[in-house]
Amino acid sequence: MTDQITTDPTKALERMRAGSMTLTLAPWLIAIVVLVFLPMVFTNNSALTIMNQMSITIVFALAYNMLLGQGGMLSFGHAVYAGVGGFACMHIMNMSDFFETIPLVILPIFGGLFGMGLAMIVGSFSTRSAGTVFAMISLGVGELIAACSVIIVAFFGGEEGISGDRTYANPFFGIEFLQQIEVYYLTIAWLVISAALMYLWSRTPVGRMANAVRDNPERAEFLGYSSRWVRYYSFVASGFFCGIAGGLFAINYEILTEENLNTTSSGVILLVTFLGGVGFFFGPIIGAIAFTLLQTVLSLSTELWAFYAGVLFVATVMFFPGGLAGLLMMHVPVFKLGKAHRLVMPYLKTLLPGAIGLLGLAALVEMTFHFRHAAPGDEEMTIFWTTFNSHDVLPWVIALAITVIGLGITKATAPALKEAWNEANTAGGAS
Amino acid sequence: MDLILVNLIDGLVTGLLLFMLSAGLTLIFSMMGVLNFAHASFYMLGAYFAYQISVALGFWMGLLIAPLLVGVLGAGVERYGLRRVHQYGHVPELIFTFGLALLIEEMVQFVWGKNQMPYSVPEVLNFTAFAISGNSIPAYKIFMIFISIGIFIGLLYILTKTRVGMIIQAALSYPRTVEALGHNVPLIFMGVFGVGTALAGLAGVIAGPVLGTFPGMAFVLGSIVFVTIVIGGLGSLWGALVASLLIGWITTFAKSYNIEMESLLNAIGISTPENLSDSVFRDFWSLTSPQIADILPYILMVLILIFRPAGLFGKRSS
Repeated sequence: MTDQITTDPTKALERMRAGSMTLTLAPWLIAIVVLVFLPMVFTNNSALTIMNQMSITIVFALAYNMLLGQGGMLSFGHAVYAGVGGFACMHIMNMSDFFETIPLVILPIFGGLFGMGLAMIVGSFSTRSAGTVFAMISLGVGELIAACSVIIVAFFGGEEGISGDRTYANPFFGIEFLQQIEVYYLTIAWLVISAALMYLWSRTPVGRMANAVRDNPERAEFLGYSSRWVRYYSFVASGFFCGIAGGLFAINYEILTEENLNTTSSGVILLVTFLGGVGFFFGPIIGAIAFTLLQTVLSLSTELWAFYAGVLFVATVMFFPGGLAGLLMMHVPVFKLGKAHRLVMPYLKTLLPGAIGLLGLAALVEMTFHFRHAAPGDEEMTIFWTTFNSHDVLPWVIALAITVIGLGITKATAPALKEAWNEANTAGGAS
Repeated sequence: MDLILVNLIDGLVTGLLLFMLSAGLTLIFSMMGVLNFAHASFYMLGAYFAYQISVALGFWMGLLIAPLLVGVLGAGVERYGLRRVHQYGHVPELIFTFGLALLIEEMVQFVWGKNQMPYSVPEVLNFTAFAISGNSIPAYKIFMIFISIGIFIGLLYILTKTRVGMIIQAALSYPRTVEALGHNVPLIFMGVFGVGTALAGLAGVIAGPVLGTFPGMAFVLGSIVFVTIVIGGLGSLWGALVASLLIGWITTFAKSYNIEMESLLNAIGISTPENLSDSVFRDFWSLTSPQIADILPYILMVLILIFRPAGLFGKRSS
């Protein structure tokens, strides 16, 4: 059927396949350097908050992808493992006698252990089968624990949640984590450690077997592996890293509420992971960065950000099931063939009008929303740095024209792009 | 005794309402093997459409047109969305319907805003049908019961007695063979999806006035519907009926009788600890049945999935 994959260790991209460490280490080192120096570029506190949130989401999404991408298990209640880990950390923060003796930096481990403990209990019956049954059990357990949060007040603190103070911990080399920047470095340290561990996990035999069980459980069984136990190990490991994400959340925000457990949070992490791409290890990282930016930037400028996020999500599932990472990786063969430059012009011709057309569409959506829901008498609205009356005809005509023309050009140039794409993906020919 | 009768009727209304949703969902599942997460969203759309129509044309036209609209929309979703995603496998299908549920909720908020709609019971049905020792039973509840039972009988008749039903049943088990016999199986799938969502829409039309028409209504009922069909056994119509009624009655009775965990534990011989307010288990001891009424279905589902993964009436466990 397919050609035997041969590996030539002299070529950089193929060395990665061969398992050499020289190339695989490079992205990690670059990422660490970028993470360390980012606060010097973005110095204000709100940027730090966003970056902290991003880091936590990355850990959580990577842990989630251990199940969804690598194990093929779709969980609809994964927020509870992060949440329970976070709540456990919060309780440890409030146990002042014990908390004074430990440095804050190791607190996420406790979150991880609690998340893992919960995953061990739930996994013992939920990992018996993958697919729909697993998804349903995860949903049921998720709802159950989320509902418990208002009933079991002693642990979950009821509606107002529980809060603590991270600064009571044993100072870590004199650092008391009073400032945001100190918390940032703690968070990224944990981010790098957990991402590396999760990556290494995916290279272990257990991680490899998880892929095998995802693709063909029956065959894996015939090879002598219990697919159930393989799933169980992935589940427990995922629970551990989710708990770490929860612990980081507890350190960052010093409060946990029912919101950390409910289905909405579980849905968001699914969205993040799928948007980034489940097929590649780094997919959830891209997803978490893109989603957090989208959330913070869009929610500042429009009330409808959840609507756009929903549209984006459905469009991703329908048209790019590989997610952003899949889109990026589609271009690797083109680069290998050295024909990437041939795609630049067709891309510009198609995507630029497309983007403008989509912005026009967004303007139409915003105007409709304003027209329907603004307070009576309030007819002024501002989008794209222009203020106008949403009850006039002219803005509608302009927005509609931009939309139609933009999308029209995209539609007209799409065949040319497709041709260029096919051409660029074929070996040979003048380059 | 009288209270039991009142609760039986209330539970029956809830249960039959759940059944209208779960019947469509379970049919769709047995056909395509995909759990439609957006099913409750179609229920919500039914309520909103009916409200919008009832403003212009009155309640009865809403009852007639809204389910049709929802059904057409559902068929469109199957034709242009789900069929496209189908090629990627089951997990993306589930994720697609999940995303659709989010999207529909956002769209409803976009069009109608976040407030509850003033969609109410029509004048004709706004009276007390009868009273059981002072507890009045509104006529609208009786109307709901009759509509749901009518739907169930109609569905059962179509599925088991008519030619269309035979073809559908055959397409459930052997789609390839049915296709080879010259039937358009994708069209049947689309039709079943449309009818299933139309049923959900109908449930929304008649539930909207009593349970409230607001953007969160899909979310409130959504996961309970899944629980229902999992308990009943995925793909089983009878299972869906039994599980719906079971859940309807369990939650209604748990809400109206205040059973305390403390008295329950005392009754089986465990005495209350001396210093209860300091105990770690204080919340466990002070549990009452109305508190946990809403999570009882989930507990039931987890137990069923552990001990009888195929559900009460289920045959296949995929």
